Amino acid sequence: MRTHILGYIQLNLQLQPPLTLSNASPEITLSARNLSRRFGSRQVIHDVTLELKRGEVLGLLGHNGAGKSTTLQMLTGCLLPDSGAIDICGISLRQQPTLAKAYLGYLPETPPLYRELCVHDYLTFTARLRGVQSTAVPEALAQTLQRCGLDSVRQKIISTLSKGYQQRVGIAQAIIHNPAVIVLDEPTVGLDPTQIRDIRTLIRELGNAHSVILSTHLLNEVESVCDRVEIMQHGRLIYGDSSVRMQHYGQVSGFIISLRHPPALNELEAIPGVSRVEQLSPEQFRVFHAPDDNPGSLLLSMAAQQGWQLEQLTPLHTTLEDVFVKITSDETVKTGALK
Amino acid sequence: MIRLIALRELRSLYAMPSTWFVLAVLQFIFAWFFLARLEAFLEIQPQLAQLANPPGVTLTVAAPLFYTAALLLMMLVPMFTMRLIAEERRNQTLALLLSAPLSGRHIVLGKFAGLLGFLLVLIASLPLMIYSLALGTSLDHGLLLANCIGLLLLTASYVALGMYISALTTQPLIAAIGALAVLVGLWLADIGAAAADSPWHLLSPLHHFQSFNAGLLDSADVAYFVLFTASFLLLTMKRLHNNRVYG
Repeated sequence: MRTHILGYIQLNLQLQPPLTLSNASPEITLSARNLSRRFGSRQVIHDVTLELKRGEVLGLLGHNGAGKSTTLQMLTGCLLPDSGAIDICGISLRQQPTLAKAYLGYLPETPPLYRELCVHDYLTFTARLRGVQSTAVPEALAQTLQRCGLDSVRQKIISTLSKGYQQRVGIAQAIIHNPAVIVLDEPTVGLDPTQIRDIRTLIRELGNAHSVILSTHLLNEVESVCDRVEIMQHGRLIYGDSSVRMQHYGQVSGFIISLRHPPALNELEAIPGVSRVEQLSPEQFRVFHAPDDNPGSLLLSMAAQQGWQLEQLTPLHTTLEDVFVKITSDETVKTGALK
Repeated sequence: MIRLIALRELRSLYAMPSTWFVLAVLQFIFAWFFLARLEAFLEIQPQLAQLANPPGVTLTVAAPLFYTAALLLMMLVPMFTMRLIAEERRNQTLALLLSAPLSGRHIVLGKFAGLLGFLLVLIASLPLMIYSLALGTSLDHGLLLANCIGLLLLTASYVALGMYISALTTQPLIAAIGALAVLVGLWLADIGAAAADSPWHLLSPLHHFQSFNAGLLDSADVAYFVLFTASFLLLTMKRLHNNRVYG
């Protein structure tokens, strides 16, 4: 028991940022300023600025090839930015890389696993590699195995595990040393729905005590896990807000109606309260209205009077997909106009 | 940290069946060659005894055995060094090391020490076999020591070169063939140069090993091996750093 307690103290001592006192705002665990990066002649990342607070989960959202993984590689020191600065817990990643990286946990796109080792040996190695004292390793290992649901496979060779379990081992190596900043590149790829739910719960739990930044192209992941969202397109951050507010971005009120005997378009537009009507097919229309003035009941009664034979009336829901598409296409239009 | 990475390297090596296979086959070759040399020595021993200053058992059995081992290692070391960095890069495990709180120096020296440790186990059987002769005869310890030091330095230089070539590519196979090509090229440059004072001889690690093989501890040869190994280790560190710069 005594060794356990000692181990715990050592672990905590070691992971305490030594420079927090001198730092003006200790809340901020990761700050990246004006990062840019080119590969050959192609500019991949343009002037990216990010900040992450303790107890926050940030989702980095974007299409394939938007520059999410490159950004995360720069944040973890695997790739040097051409310009810009990164501080982790107030320590510059460029000037004191070894010191700064002690506060980092990183799961790359492909989990970095030595497949010939067993889970126990691999995680012991990664814990020591990330600077956990050897006396504190058993404690950290037991906690991580339990957290990631790996207890039953601890003695198995990693190459014999299923993809989902391998992904969990990948997450386990990123959190085993209790880092202040956890960087996860598409953490739920290849998992089944139950595992996805478990991992999201875990990320949420981690996000309460640490800072988590995760990249994803799954919008519901952002909805269920993240406190804040940054959307990335063509190497630029184009939108950043809390995930709740993002869902309200460009919200529209309206419904979709199907009529068996539709009237002319202008007849529908003439209904009081209707702001705009789009024809989707000969029988289907999208009707927009102001948020506080719903012409639904009026439309229903008119349909009955005029014999339009209403078949369907569905309110429009803005999903995160719509918001995402809207934000990214808005930005494309904007940059197109600039050019 | 260096020790940690070296131990991980060893653990991975011993987790693979191919390692044990190579170990077994190589021990068999060494033992077979040793016994063959010993038999030849016993046959010509009566004739040797008539000479004024006859070569002893160490020179007739041990020296050729060490030279064969040196030649075999030239072919074999690239098979082991190919994995060192190329495979880490291919399996994307390099990100784990690059994002960990350690510098390129730790990674390179750790891997170097790990593989060298393994190869030392592999060649440790050579002096053991020779020392089994000490039961029946007296050995030339100086010659044996020079050979052991020479083979150790030679192996270290092979590993450093192989690791550098492994750091240049993503494909382990290319790393193996590349390292083999360079090592065999250096060897051919040595045996191909006709004149005894040709500068081509000086390039080849095997040429420098020959003086150790003859029982000569020349500081120039030691310096050659140390410089050769250190330069390739430094180049590997530089290459790993470039990995961060060029992606």
